[in-house]
Amino acid sequence: MRRNRYVVVAGCGRLGSGIAARLSASGDSVVIIDREESAFAGLPPEFSGFRIEGDASRLSVLKAAKVDEADFLIAATGSDNVNLMAAQVAKRTFGVARVLARVYDPTKEKMYSGLGIVTVCPTSTAAEMFFRVMTEEPSGRGEASL
Amino acid sequence: MKALIIGGGTSIYFLCRNLASRGFRVAVIDRDPEVCGRLSRFLPVEVVCADGSDAGVLEEAGARKAELVLAVTGNDADNLVACQLASMEFGVPRTAALANDPENAEAFQDLGVPSFSIAEVVGSLIEQRASLREITNVLPAGGGKVIVTELVLQENSPVAGKLLKEVALPENSLVAILIRGEETIVPRGGNDLRAGDRLVLVTLPDNHGPAIRAVTGERSGTGGGV
Repeated sequence: MRRNRYVVVAGCGRLGSGIAARLSASGDSVVIIDREESAFAGLPPEFSGFRIEGDASRLSVLKAAKVDEADFLIAATGSDNVNLMAAQVAKRTFGVARVLARVYDPTKEKMYSGLGIVTVCPTSTAAEMFFRVMTEEPSGRGEASL
Repeated sequence: MKALIIGGGTSIYFLCRNLASRGFRVAVIDRDPEVCGRLSRFLPVEVVCADGSDAGVLEEAGARKAELVLAVTGNDADNLVACQLASMEFGVPRTAALANDPENAEAFQDLGVPSFSIAEVVGSLIEQRASLREITNVLPAGGGKVIVTELVLQENSPVAGKLLKEVALPENSLVAILIRGEETIVPRGGNDLRAGDRLVLVTLPDNHGPAIRAVTGERSGTGGGV
């Protein structure tokens, strides 16, 4: 069995709560951060991680989440800028080995992917998939995945 | 020279005027339409009502030609990203981000973004004043346009033993009151200054530091290049 990992997730929206629940269910130690306490209602009852109410773009909140001990930080708040800041601070100030950030703006995604942050841009990913499906031969093979 | 200011509301009015007087063409980006309306009514600046941490908006506001970008919104993440976009995407040579949370100033430095925090700037100003032991009281008057400082002349003061008219005070500064023991004098050029005298100085903010230095001989008020 692989070693138990310590993961900090910023943002408890659909993406954050979903990934936090999954990691927690598979045995990882998870801390999830959100500005709004009510957001934690989106977590499943079996979620066994910690919840921290606070702004992930504040150093004190990241410290409280013990980001310096984390193996991963996943920045999935609704704000690109908060995600980019939390990810960079986790990397530079707290030395987290692997950081991932969701970034909606493709321009920012391109710029920050060069800075040691794994960026995921739903906008360009979706555009890419749409484009691929539309340029594929209509053989019926790819349609099942839609 | 072009300067871009992002956010800050109507409080950046004087900053804009100051930059304009130093020869900058100033453009302001603010999200609040009301703020934009007021600034453009009272200042000869270009105003863009939008999100200043968006690359397209920065470009529209002239980031490519800007020498200086100041990001002073109430949101630290927005300020950081605006400065990073300005320097990395548009090659702006000088940027500075406001850290609303003073702790974040440290994080910004780690990321190579020059930053300042109001709490620190004000704190260091207070410290500089307080570190001069002869200064007993500082108060702003006239809505901050005038500074009234009370201080006690020390033995090593360069003005102790001189007549007031022999003292080279900077322009727009005045020794308004001299208190010696029980005596309170509104001094004239013929009055002498002695160690132990309590002086009340009236200065304008610009020459407050030089005036204090002239009287105490110590260096103060040099910091805060914001």
